[in-house]
Formats: sequence, C-alpha cells, structure tokens
Amino acid sequence: MSRKLLLKNDHIPGIAALKTYKENGGYTAMEKALKTMSPEALLEEVKTSGLRGRGGAGFPTGMKWSFLAKPEGVPRYLVVNADESEPGTFKDRYLMERIPHLLIEGMVISSFSLGANSAYIYVRGEYFYVSRILEQAIEEAYASGLLGKNILGTGYDLDIYVQIGAGAYICGEETALLESLEGKRGNPRIKPPFPAIAGLYGCPTVVNNVETIAAIVPIIEMGGAEYAKIGIGRSTGTKLISASGHINKPGVYEIEMGLPVEEFIYSEEYCGGIKGGRKMKAVVAGGSSVPILPTELILKTAAGEPRLMSYESLGDGGFITGTMLGSGGFIVMDEDTSIVKNLYTFSRFYHHESCGQCSPCREGTGWMEKILHKILEGKGTLKDIDLLWDIQSKIEGKTICPLGEAAAWPVAAAIRHFRPEFEAYVTNPESIKDVKHYYRLNPTV
Amino acid sequence: MVKLTIDDIPVEVPKGTTILQAARLIGGDVTPPAMCYYSKLKTSGGYCRTCIVKVEQGSEKDPRPIPKPVASCRTEVAEGMVVRNITSPENLEARAGVVELLLVNHPLDCPVCDQAGECHLQDLAYENGKEETRYEFERREFEPIDIGDKIKLHMNRCIMCFRCVKVADQITDGRCHGVINRGDAAEISTYIEKAIDNDFSGNVIDVCPVGALTDRTFRFKSRVWYTKPVDAHRDCSKCCGKVRLWNQGEEVLRVTARKDQWGEVMDNEDGSTAWICNDCRFDKKHIKDWTVEGPSEINRHSVISANHYDTLRNIKADTLRMLGGKPHGEKVDLGIGALDPNNQHKQ
Amino acid sequence: MAQTTDISFKPETFELIQKITKRYPDGKHKSALIPVLHIAQAEFGGWLSPQTMDLVAEVLRLKPIEVYEVASFYSMFNLQPVGKCLIEVCRTSSCWLCGAEDIINHLEQKLNIKVGETSSDGMFTLKAVECLGSCGTAPMMQVGADYHENLSIEKVDKLVDGFRQENKQSRYC
Repeated sequence: MSRKLLLKNDHIPGIAALKTYKENGGYTAMEKALKTMSPEALLEEVKTSGLRGRGGAGFPTGMKWSFLAKPEGVPRYLVVNADESEPGTFKDRYLMERIPHLLIEGMVISSFSLGANSAYIYVRGEYFYVSRILEQAIEEAYASGLLGKNILGTGYDLDIYVQIGAGAYICGEETALLESLEGKRGNPRIKPPFPAIAGLYGCPTVVNNVETIAAIVPIIEMGGAEYAKIGIGRSTGTKLISASGHINKPGVYEIEMGLPVEEFIYSEEYCGGIKGGRKMKAVVAGGSSVPILPTELILKTAAGEPRLMSYESLGDGGFITGTMLGSGGFIVMDEDTSIVKNLYTFSRFYHHESCGQCSPCREGTGWMEKILHKILEGKGTLKDIDLLWDIQSKIEGKTICPLGEAAAWPVAAAIRHFRPEFEAYVTNPESIKDVKHYYRLNPTV
Repeated sequence: MVKLTIDDIPVEVPKGTTILQAARLIGGDVTPPAMCYYSKLKTSGGYCRTCIVKVEQGSEKDPRPIPKPVASCRTEVAEGMVVRNITSPENLEARAGVVELLLVNHPLDCPVCDQAGECHLQDLAYENGKEETRYEFERREFEPIDIGDKIKLHMNRCIMCFRCVKVADQITDGRCHGVINRGDAAEISTYIEKAIDNDFSGNVIDVCPVGALTDRTFRFKSRVWYTKPVDAHRDCSKCCGKVRLWNQGEEVLRVTARKDQWGEVMDNEDGSTAWICNDCRFDKKHIKDWTVEGPSEINRHSVISANHYDTLRNIKADTLRMLGGKPHGEKVDLGIGALDPNNQHKQ
Repeated sequence: MAQTTDISFKPETFELIQKITKRYPDGKHKSALIPVLHIAQAEFGGWLSPQTMDLVAEVLRLKPIEVYEVASFYSMFNLQPVGKCLIEVCRTSSCWLCGAEDIINHLEQKLNIKVGETSSDGMFTLKAVECLGSCGTAPMMQVGADYHENLSIEKVDKLVDGFRQENKQSRYC
C-alpha cells in the first residue's frame, strides 16, 4: 500500500463535516503552525519539503512564496486555483468535495505564513455544487473560531471567500484567474509584473492549486524534512492522479512519487488494467496539454528504464521520447482508439478555450481544429499533416500565456508518435470511422 | 542609462525603456513592426506578437538567453542585453509565422478598402508575408456596421489590437464599445447597436492599424495616394485644432490627426497627445475652415512606396543567405496591384 | 439612481447581491460581476437578455459594455434564450473515449433536436460542452448544478423522462 497523506481519511463517512474532520486529527497542523511557529519558519518547512506546484507547472512552492513582495501597508492575498479544467483532471474536485476542511486548514496555514488576511478560492463555475460544499465548510470553520478574527486566540485574522467562475479553461492560468476574480474577461496578463509583485487588485498575491495548498497540512504535521523523504529525487511527497479512459478502475488515486507507471496502470490497487483485457495503445500522462506517448514509451524510457510517476522520469527524453507529469490527468487509450480523433477533441477544446487576446493562439487553434476535421472527414492530404506540424510550431512559444503551448504540444506529439495513423486517414479514407455531425464552426453554440 | 545592442547596433536608453522604443531610437530596418502597441496609449501592446525579437543575452549580469521570443513592445531593456531582430533568421521565421496567422482571417480586400496605402497590416504582409495563403477554410465574416453616422466598423478586417478600446477608455469619458465573445469569435462591438457618442470618438479611426474603423465621411471618396496631405490648424475650443487635411485640389476629403513616422498621433508642444475632436475631423470640410501651414512631411512607409521594401527585402535575404537560412518567397503583390477577384470580399 | 430598465431583482435577490459585494475590498465591487450574472441568469429565465445585463450594470454601477464583455466571454452565460431544462453533455477526450458520442446521438434522437437547438415545446436545450472535470466517471452530462455521471443509454432515458415528468428547470444557483 502506498502512503497516503491527503486522502488518508477520504473513506471515512462524514469527513466533509468539521466534527468528523477534527475527530480524525484535523486542524492540529493549523494549531501547531499558528501557535508554535513563525511565518518564516513555516516558509522554511515548505521550502525544505521540496513541494512543487500541483496544478501542472511543477514550480517549487516555497520559492514561489518567497517571491511575494511585502511592502508596508499593502494587503497581500492568497488565491486558491480551483478552476480545474484541464481535460483528464478531476482530483481537485474530489478533494474539495470529500475533504473541504483539508483545503481550508491548508489555506489558514499558508495565509498565515504569507501574511495574508483575505483569501479567495476561485472555483470553476461548473463546480457550483462544490462551491456550496466549500461555503458550508467555511461557515462551520467561522462558527468554531477557526476563521475570522483572532483565530484560536492567536491574534491572527483571516477571511476566506469562495468565488465561482463561469466556464473558461483559460481562468486556470493564474493571471487570467485574477482578472476573472476582478470581474473581467479571463484574459491572461502580460508578465512581468508577476502576481507576487502585483496580483489581485494590484497587490502582492500567491496563486496556488488546491492540491498544493492541501499538501501544506501534512508538511507542517510531519515537518518538511520528513515529507521530502517521500517520493524520489526532486519529486517529493505524494501526488493525486486522476485516472480515466479505458481502464478498469478510473478514479482519483494518491500515489507516492516514483511509483512505476506500469504498476499504476496494471495493479489492482490503482487502475486495474485495461478494460476488457484489451491492449494499451497510448497514454496522456498529465492532462490534455502534455505530449501523448505510445505504450512502449510510457512504460519505459528510451533508454529502457522503467518509467516512473515523477516529474523527472516522465520528463525523461524531453518531448522527443518523454512527456510531463503536468496536473496528473492520466488518460489511458486502448488499442482501438483513434489517436487522430482524440487529438481532434483536444484541438476543438483549445480552439473553444482560446481567449482571443493574442494572434497566434486566436487564429492558430481554430485552423488546427479545421484541418483535423478535414482529415477526419477523409478529405485530408499528406500536405495537411505537414501543415498541422508547421502551424503548431508557429504557435508554440509565441503567445502571451501557456495556452499556446498547451494547444501546440498535443498536436506535435500525436504526429511525432503516430504519423502513420494520420497518413492512413488521408491515403485510405475508407478506413475512417464515422465523424459525428455535431461539429460546429461557431464555438459559442 | 542602460546600454544594449540591437542587431549589433549599440544604443543607450533610460532605464525602463522597452526594446521596441530603443529600436525606434536607432530607427530604420531594425525597428520591429508593431500592430497593437501604441506609445500614447497606456497598457497597449503585447497582443499581436509581430514585434517579437530574440534576446540572445538577457543582461550582463545574467547572460542567459531568453528561451522564447519576447514581445519587444512590452519587454524592458537591461544592461548588456543582446537583441536580434532582422539579423536572426529564426526570429524572421517566427515573425513570418505570426503574420501568416494574423492574415488567416483577414479578407485581403485591399482593393476596396479605404485604408489601403496607409495600412500597417498591408505593409507587414508585404514585408513578412508569404505569397499565397495556406488557409483554405471560410474566413470569419461579419456584416459591416455603422457606429453612429461617422464611423464604419468592418469587423472582418479587425486584427484585435485593442487600440480603439483603449482610446475609448483613456481619452473619452464613457466607453460604450468593447470586445465581446472570445477566441476567434471575439469582436469589437457595441453589443447592441449604439452610437459612440463622444467628442473624441473619431480618434478610434486614427489608431486603427487596419481598415476596420474608417471615416464614413471619406468613404470611397478617393484612394489615399491620390490625395495631397497638408498640415493645417484652426482655433478649436475642444481640441488642439492641429490636423492634417487630405485634399484633392481645393476640396478637403478627409481630416485626420497628424501622425509621426510610426503612424502614431503626434505630441503637442506641452507633451500631450494631439488627439483631435469630432468637429474638426468630421464637420470642417472646407478649406476656408482652416489655416493651411503647408505640405505635410510624410514618411511614406507604406507599400505604395515599395522601394523601401525592396531594399529591406534585400537586406534580409542577405542576412538569411549569410546565416544559411532560406529567404521567404520573392515578391508579394498586395494592395494597389492585388486586383485578384478572388480576394474581393463583399463590402 | 435613475431607473434605466423596467425589470428589477426580487428584494431577497437584491439583498444577496449586496452581501456578495461585501466580499471584496472597497471600490472592488466589479469582482461581484460574475456571481451576480449567475444570479441574474437564474432569476430571468435562464439567459441574459440585454435588458437583464443592463440591470446588472445598473446594480453594480458598471458601464453596460463592461457587462456585455464579461457575459459573452464565459461559456456558462447564455446570451440567447434556452429551454427550461438545459442538458450539457461533455464531449472532450475521456468522455469521448467512453462513449459520449453515443449519448449525444441518443439525446438528439430522443429530444428530436440537434446539438445547439431547443425543442419546439421549449422544454429542452441540448449542448455539447467541453471537459467538465468528470473524466473518471465518463460519460457525463450536467443539468443545472447537477452532475449525472457514468451514463448509459438507459440511464439517460430514465433521467430525461424524469425531467419531463417533473417539468424540471435547470439552474446553477
């Protein structure tokens, strides 16, 4: 059994309620932090833990916190990114729904360390019911003196608010999220300045993913050094993986970093193998934007080493033979899956979600979707495959925010690893499975 | 002061200057094109990505290169920075890619567009574009709409530079147009038909880099290159009253603000921007309304003075050959020569 | 303030809006725009007419265009009327892998409408939407705030028949 830090109690009935959460050791880390530790000491623990952002980019959390500007008389904010919208990712939803107090406890500790007295949880609009669960938990926490003025008699004040979005993947990008939280269109800001200097309402702000903030609780509980012992290399601690697609047991799993990918897919403890005993064809390991890998490369690196669930091992080989851990959205495809069509669903997604602010992404994402649709219709040519490749390379690295890369990488990887399949679509259109008619040019339908 | 080099040319500028502004000080061909940046409008720039440059060395202190191309209009210079624009084949290639994408949904209706001849996109395409489009799908189409009785909006031509929105935010007192929808369905709109009703609304025409916002009082009156620009002024209670008249004989066909070599509205002596009011722009169309100062000095950077581009093209081709790259196609014939009926979109 | 629209929020809704604006620092009440648009959409027939958006602008002291800009950016805001019961089926990768197309096709047949359309009785609108974060329980559809997961044709039939019977109004809040 893998060690569990975040989901150790998720099976306990009623754990969403404050009473049960406290009976199972909840809010002791917070008490420890507020009563016995200084904000600086907390930051040191987080740095020591080696925790890296769990939203996808994997940036060291302690370092991000240490960049926070602290000018006199200017409020600072903690904003929790609960906009979870990366296809294949649903772990934050699970965590908030099951154990909302873990997030709240993590937020109090983090805000205390950062010197923030207001914190916001930005929840994607579609998770409306989750926002209600959070609001209820927050209310309970206020009623018990765990939030509000003078928390636990320590003199520290913190207010937490839940803000809902309204349907826009781009709001998972931290500056777009801040714009949205300010009541504007979710257009990513041009950086610098970074949020640590000028974030929400122009004030210093830290934006962290739900899972990142939740992980602060066990880190403070056990100490950063102990946390760092879990995992492998610079991938410390545990990670929530959202497993979906053609597997027997889809769901959210907490793994210790360093678990072999093969074990994750085939063991009964996790995904339980491929549905119907079929063979595996490919895996998207870290949410829709990371490169897809064929079976042989997801199970073993190009050098023949077993591939592990960690930032480094999944990244081994760069984008030529490797991929990324990303947000941990693990999508498994069986041997009958059309890689081209799966890519089409991704490209349609990115086209739909492009904010329209900068030209390469605004114009390029739609063009790629249209070419893929043409190929799926059996009207593609070999030149179209090259054109796709060319367009993605013209988007990558030229945009304001990472959505450009997120749209380009899946296209590049699918062509890199499955080019013969694309070619079959254009040279032998009869082999194509039907394309459904609900394709629409206008994404606002 | 900060020292840096752009295409191996040293330049010294005050701290806080952007790479683009530094390049403008050098002037000439090393200056990156800018479709959305407008120095007189706060927070403009960063969107179109045509001004991208390669930063080969970040600074003296941290000599690492910046891994991705940067928008020169929004990136500040640093001591010892090494910037490459036209001496980097990679950068030219990246810019050509951006230009191709910018043109994907642009109608290329230059033959019937009032902006032809002074259109920055036309210049950009001529300079960096490929000779033919690889885009074979339907372009997005919008019906042209009248924003009040003086301004025409051809959304088909818009490249989403956001300058007009910033003008409305920053120099008028009640913005009623903006950006609606998102992605490639985004458009400049008033959402429900509303006139832009403000003394300075006409300035959105002057800042528009393409023919998306045009002057209805000048509509189809003449091609720009058949008119003669003269600088003129009048006593105006609303604005500086310093304008440029575009005349044919004695007839005033159009009134605009005076623009500098970067296509931006010039400054007044006191440093403020010489925006003009709607009275001057739309209602003073008699030569006797004005005191004419003399012919305008126009730095014709447009395709209609094509020699400039031939020279630039040769420089770039030389660079590419020297560095082992391949030049992009030969010549592009847009604008006055582009009378291909397939390019003519409906009006 | 001058009354510019002839519709208004219910008093209890107005109170709720005042409460929401207090979540933000002084002068930052524009932050309330998205929550308030959700509330307005729920109160005025499941979509945002220009009139409704103008009301929101008035209540939050914003320019109408600021409201239009935001409302039209986010996919959950309907700028056209929708049926009483809006069914949104996820169609992105994992849901597609697990049969979302069959669900959508079945719903089109059952409701006798295409994706994007509203049934002639005004009861149902069918939408195909992008990833809703329910990949492990695919295929799925969202009806108002409710997630209906692990769908099968039979399950969809049962759900839709139920919606019809109870004359269900889909609402997020």
